[in-house]
Amino acid sequence: MSDTTQNGSVLAADGTPLKRSLARALRRQKIRALLLIAPLLLFVMLTFIMPIGDMLFRSVENDIVSKTLPRTVVALRDWDANSGEAPGEEVFTALAADLQIAAEAKLHTRVGSRLNYETPGISSLFRKAGRKVKKWDVENDGPFKEQFLEIHKGWGDPDVWRTIQTYSPKFTNGYFLNAADLQKGADGPEWRPEDEQIYWLLFKRTMFMSMVITISCIVLAYPVAWILANLPARSANLLMILVLLPFWTSLLVRTSAWKVMLQQQGVINETLVWLGLVADDARLVMINNQFGTIVAMTHILLPFMILPMYSVMQTIQPTYLRAAKSLGATNWTAFWRVYFPQSIPGIGAGSILVFILSIGYYITPELVGGTKGVFISNRIAFHISSSLNWGLAAALGAILLAVVLVLYWAYDKIVGIDNVKLG
Amino acid sequence: MKLTKLSALVASTALCAPMAMAEDMANELTIVSWGGSYSASQKNAYHDPYTAETGVKIINDESSAEAVAKIRAMNEAGNVTWDVVDVVASDAMRLCDEGLADEIDHDEVLAAAPDGTPASEDFGNLIVSECFVPQIVYSTTFGYRTDLVGDTAPTSVCAIFDLDAYPGKRSLQKRPIDNMEWALYCDGVAKEDLYDVLSTKEGVARGLAKLDTIKDQVVWWTAGAETPQLLADGEVVMGSTFNGRLFSAIAEQDQPIGMLWDMQSFDLDGWIIPAGLSPERKARALHYLNYATDTQRLADQAKYISYGPARASSAPLVGKHAELGIDMAPHMPTDPANATNVHTYDYEWWADNRDDLDAKFQAWLAK
Repeated sequence: MSDTTQNGSVLAADGTPLKRSLARALRRQKIRALLLIAPLLLFVMLTFIMPIGDMLFRSVENDIVSKTLPRTVVALRDWDANSGEAPGEEVFTALAADLQIAAEAKLHTRVGSRLNYETPGISSLFRKAGRKVKKWDVENDGPFKEQFLEIHKGWGDPDVWRTIQTYSPKFTNGYFLNAADLQKGADGPEWRPEDEQIYWLLFKRTMFMSMVITISCIVLAYPVAWILANLPARSANLLMILVLLPFWTSLLVRTSAWKVMLQQQGVINETLVWLGLVADDARLVMINNQFGTIVAMTHILLPFMILPMYSVMQTIQPTYLRAAKSLGATNWTAFWRVYFPQSIPGIGAGSILVFILSIGYYITPELVGGTKGVFISNRIAFHISSSLNWGLAAALGAILLAVVLVLYWAYDKIVGIDNVKLG
Repeated sequence: MKLTKLSALVASTALCAPMAMAEDMANELTIVSWGGSYSASQKNAYHDPYTAETGVKIINDESSAEAVAKIRAMNEAGNVTWDVVDVVASDAMRLCDEGLADEIDHDEVLAAAPDGTPASEDFGNLIVSECFVPQIVYSTTFGYRTDLVGDTAPTSVCAIFDLDAYPGKRSLQKRPIDNMEWALYCDGVAKEDLYDVLSTKEGVARGLAKLDTIKDQVVWWTAGAETPQLLADGEVVMGSTFNGRLFSAIAEQDQPIGMLWDMQSFDLDGWIIPAGLSPERKARALHYLNYATDTQRLADQAKYISYGPARASSAPLVGKHAELGIDMAPHMPTDPANATNVHTYDYEWWADNRDDLDAKFQAWLAK
């Protein structure tokens, strides 16, 4: 053929290689498609990706120390942290100069709070020193070591200086170590003391309880969705409202309702005692523990399981079941080999929804979970709103996000993400 | 002709003068507080009279529980929408340290006492941070069910740890502050040594070990309304909460609850002004603070809620409850009869050790 050049590539009508010509046509299509979704893409970038990226970046960001105390960081570089002694006069002179500028700009306490997350007590060192340093003449008032020690003897503590030295780089893995119950030791990461280890336990607990909640949702939702899908439309609609009604009710109201139900002087216990099934002094403990969290959260998340299951089940032809039976299958075989496999996409979609929602939950566990029924998200919320340790919160959040992505990947490998349908 | 010109000039200056004044200060204030009966008491004692006097519109926001995080987020976004924020003293210190609240010159901004005592002396050592204007003294203390404790009502805070004499559940706040001090105190540590002991590893372990003896019997609360509810339901026999909450359960709702004032933990609540306000808004906020924290205003608030005014000069002016007509003084945490054995919590110490101790406390709780 004359359209083929010597090296074998196919040419288009205008003589350019077909490959390039096709690519050009496709590129135009791609650009048009991109322009069409551009507003959405921009919206998602601005309101979702960028804020989350910014938040995640905080988990490694640490420029506050080197920015606020530039001279001290440089002077401290040569100090040997294992010497067991506080650094010499030149470091204190640098600190005086840095602190004076920082105190004018009211930044010194900020560094103090940052370093206090690592070594308790530093916060007040900076607060007290800042007040005094403002009045000093940095050029002539030296030597400063004695004066700093006079303000607070903590300035002579090598641990304080080791912390400043360790956290002087612009980026740190300290938050991630902390989020995994580790800390920076003399030689590499080491476990935190046992009485401070908590995050590992909470991650495991969050995973385990979210699984239990997802499974209980599947077990409870499947029959409901089946009934909904197989009833005549009129009664199905009525039942549907019953499913949706709690869905529309405020989360706090539903959680508080569970408190009333489950507590020791609550509805269930009162009824059991009245029936004589439970002794008055041995009432069941059903709240402020894992049981309470699982019950309340299963109830709250149930609609997220029922709805995708229902919409998938609606598309399953009843004729398949009849065909199976007419070929001699028992009821069970017909269900298990014909109906159930077709309903799996609904279960998959529902499970992903419920699982991902439940590992990020924190209001319900906070209210009914007591001490053993709280999730990692409760700690994240605490560090965001109360301790203001946003770096640690970001590190915990990043780990949680990574775990979700890994689970999603595993799900894709095992079940296949194409096998998920919302209807 | 000349006359009209002149009179027009006079008229316009007369018109302009108040307008120029108004331009220096914003005409709207967003005040953030805790909500519930506490916000209501502020509305009655401060906001309504202030609006009546100045015509400034006051918008109430009930976000104090998340104030610290929200102020930080607003500050980073460069769009602070709050003018005056009600926070507890420890949060005020945190905000001040982070540069998120403005420092206030107390004597310059706040009104002197009627006898001329400058504000800084009238508030005294309650000014725990340069950014903080104290408003009330409240306490975290215990209430118990009078019908569930038998014949001997508890008189000591250590009843919390006495499961033999007072069996049943108790509710405690889910944080180390106060609980650690009470635990050590009941383990035999003298009141003045509490923080020295707590500064050591062994001291922390000792406090947690004491709490461990009742761990199975504790319901941990995070919102102040929980303990009154748990007491009312009979879920717990005794529990800690803010004294004002107990007052309204006892006096306003007639619940069978008694107050246990022993070792009540004094704490402060007050105002801060977030950093980054425009000059007009800041001027308005300071003007409001001057008004709302004068001697009479602080005493007025005590008509609506049983928290003690932070000014020494306000105490003698505390009167009767606005609706119930009962004397409020005996219900104040600062009343001499209630304040025989008081625990004053060390703000500086907790600012340093809060993160560390909280990690240990939470780890202990989760186990």
